[in-house]
Amino acid sequence: MASDKDIMYPENFIITSSPYLRQAKNTRMIMLDVLIALLPCVVASTIIYGTRSLLIILVAVAFAVLSEGLSRRVMKRPQTIGDLSAVVTGLILALNLPIDIPLWQVALGSVFAIVVCKQIFGGLGQNIFNPAMVTRIAMMSAFSASFMTASRPVQWILDRFPDVIAESTATSSATASATMDAMSNPTPLQHFKDGGELFANVNNIFVNVFLGAHDTLAIGETCIAAILIGGIYLLLRGVIKFYIPVSYIGTVAVLSLIYGGFDLSFVGFQMVVGGLLFAAFFMATDYATSPLTNTGKVVYGIGLGLITCFIRFWGSLPEGVSYSIIIMNILTPHIDRWTRHKAFGQREKESMDRAAAKEAKHV
Amino acid sequence: MRVKLPDGVKDQVAHIKGGIHPDYNKNTHNSEPVTMPSPKTVRLPVSMHIGTACEPIVKVRDKVGLGQVIADSTSRISSPIHATVSGTVKSIREGDVTSSGSKVQIIEIESDGEMRPYEGLKVSEIRSKEDFIKAVRDSGVVGLGGAGFPTSAKLDTPPGITIDTLVVNGAECEPYITVDDYAMNNDIEPFFIGLTNTMKWLNIDRAIIGIEDNKVEAMENLLSYIKKDPALDINKNIDVVSFKAQYPQGAEKIIIYQTTGRKVPVGKLPHDVGVLVLNVNTLLEIGIFISTGMPLLTRLITVDGSAVRTPMNVLVPIGTSIAEVLDFVGLRENPSLVIMGGPMMGVAVSSLDKTIIKQNNALLALTQKDYSLADESECIRCAHCIDHCPMHLQPTSIMKALKKDEMDKVMDLQVMACIECGCCDYVCPAKIPLVHYMRSAKTKVRELGGHK
Ligand code: SF4
Ligand code: SF4
Repeated sequence: MASDKDIMYPENFIITSSPYLRQAKNTRMIMLDVLIALLPCVVASTIIYGTRSLLIILVAVAFAVLSEGLSRRVMKRPQTIGDLSAVVTGLILALNLPIDIPLWQVALGSVFAIVVCKQIFGGLGQNIFNPAMVTRIAMMSAFSASFMTASRPVQWILDRFPDVIAESTATSSATASATMDAMSNPTPLQHFKDGGELFANVNNIFVNVFLGAHDTLAIGETCIAAILIGGIYLLLRGVIKFYIPVSYIGTVAVLSLIYGGFDLSFVGFQMVVGGLLFAAFFMATDYATSPLTNTGKVVYGIGLGLITCFIRFWGSLPEGVSYSIIIMNILTPHIDRWTRHKAFGQREKESMDRAAAKEAKHV
Repeated sequence: MRVKLPDGVKDQVAHIKGGIHPDYNKNTHNSEPVTMPSPKTVRLPVSMHIGTACEPIVKVRDKVGLGQVIADSTSRISSPIHATVSGTVKSIREGDVTSSGSKVQIIEIESDGEMRPYEGLKVSEIRSKEDFIKAVRDSGVVGLGGAGFPTSAKLDTPPGITIDTLVVNGAECEPYITVDDYAMNNDIEPFFIGLTNTMKWLNIDRAIIGIEDNKVEAMENLLSYIKKDPALDINKNIDVVSFKAQYPQGAEKIIIYQTTGRKVPVGKLPHDVGVLVLNVNTLLEIGIFISTGMPLLTRLITVDGSAVRTPMNVLVPIGTSIAEVLDFVGLRENPSLVIMGGPMMGVAVSSLDKTIIKQNNALLALTQKDYSLADESECIRCAHCIDHCPMHLQPTSIMKALKKDEMDKVMDLQVMACIECGCCDYVCPAKIPLVHYMRSAKTKVRELGGHK
């Protein structure tokens, strides 16, 4: 065993407690999966709205990463830009913005999302509200003019598929783009609330699924196909579970069916407008701000659906999705408490204790 | 993929939620064991079990025979220590057994190289349950799956408790380890002697051998033995039950649930639901003692890890130093982590000077690429730890409550039900040492006297 002599036994080994095996998947890989899942939306928004989309995304991501790095440094906390969560926040925020928004507003939004909505609470996983959602709402009131106009697809799409924007707006779109008269080119939900037609052309499936046969405010929420591909990717990768998207979208569908008097095109319209699908897959499933247990997730999804419909049908705001998420974010800690797991054998123990207590009483 | 099970093997009756699928690395599966030559000296701690430590009953310079009792205790929860070589007691000194830091006496015996059996060894006569339990105690057998709880104490159930089912734990769900698998394939006769005697003397009507579905050969072997043994009848008093290969199927409460459908209440023991769980090797050693009178002196252990030249199962006298075992097997590179037991629940050793003890079933010499240590970052609330906890706990919630010192909440979250299996740690993307937090939380709850 001469060769064994070469092997030196160290004086001391690593001594930590078990387990010694951990799977490779880490926070960064999860965030990377989210980024991959958002890629179809990025591509779709670039095709539909042109390269300005990419510019918005770049600015949002760059400022998110920058402010994450700086705030960690200022707070003297370990650096976290490597976990990619700031990239995710920046990207999701960007996809929630309209195409014509000034870039300085985008930058400011990113800084707000990271510094105020995330780092002040202690960073990843500690924030109460979904940073992109709060930021979008904050930006809507601060820069309301930027959010009045629906995003307008590039010219070749308008030429080829005139259906992509709702009829009432289509007729006025020429003048609208010239005058930038915000109220003449309202978002579809506003348009619907004002008593307008639902779809420009419901029958053109291709337009519906890929280009959105309605006006959308945010660049990321237009292409239904891209959202679904990303959502399914996240489900398959085990990054998200189906509980929240299914219970959220399901609740909205059922309520719309009832409210709309079993009009399927009304249900379809409710599904695709207002960023519902994008939010259901990418924002409502945000780990930090949604409940932990599966039961909790279902409760959360149903709550989101109820509030979204409530605001859409009876409220005066077209922004059902954003507000429902913020409201349910507040409820998340409570839902966590109500839907706490029972340990394996806890029920059995409780019934045993009850039986013992009864016995004791009899004696 | 569902494995095709041999005829006669039953499927699990219930499924737990949670669990994980680490790489099993059963490199030593079916490898012929190698017997290690008896070492020049052995060092035997007087406590190789959970419970009261024994007192040495030999003195320095005493001559001892192989199998002679050298330390014992009057406590019920204890197990005698036997000389694993014949020779002379060289020293009795304090030392620590593993890395726990608690000191016990360690008896060092210098071998005379003869392996001369102690003349007092004889086959016990068993006529009653009491005789049987005493024999098990005399055999020095403890929970050989790794727990190390004295088996005689486990058999000696309190009055009022009826055991109707013996569950044999053949899950062997920890990565690398294959010694139970080996026993079920090769030492089948003494194993069944242990099993039938346990059933007979404790008056247990039914036995269930629980086994993971990656051990089809072992199932076939068990079935063919059962067919031959007149005391056993697959339709009446014994079952071979297979369950999915997944970690931690071998945890007591889980194997009970999956083979019998019974749930052990939190804070209760298997016997509270009429079940006794014994590991395959525990029964095997009982069988050997009953038929030969030879107590537990050696252990078959899996030696593996990428620092080891050839992974193998080695028959090692208890009390041999780890360095000697590794020398015998041969290393190809320097290990940076050496574990007694499996990588999920084993214990890291602080030096190779430590010795093999009764409940060791593996010795892993690992290098960087075999293991992955905690590197805590912020919890992202992904809930993976919750989804994979076989005890249905919420490790992240417990950790956060502990950090805020909210002990009421920690208790409400049932931390005492944690079996420290490590699934939560394994899946956590933030690499938080959750088990470490669970252990601290449990210690703290115990200190507060609460066992809610
Ligand atoms: S697995 Fe880790 S990161 Fe995920 S919730 Fe549990 S503790 Fe937090
Ligand atoms: S170590 Fe405890 S908390 Fe973690 S998975 Fe196992 S039983 Fe659950």
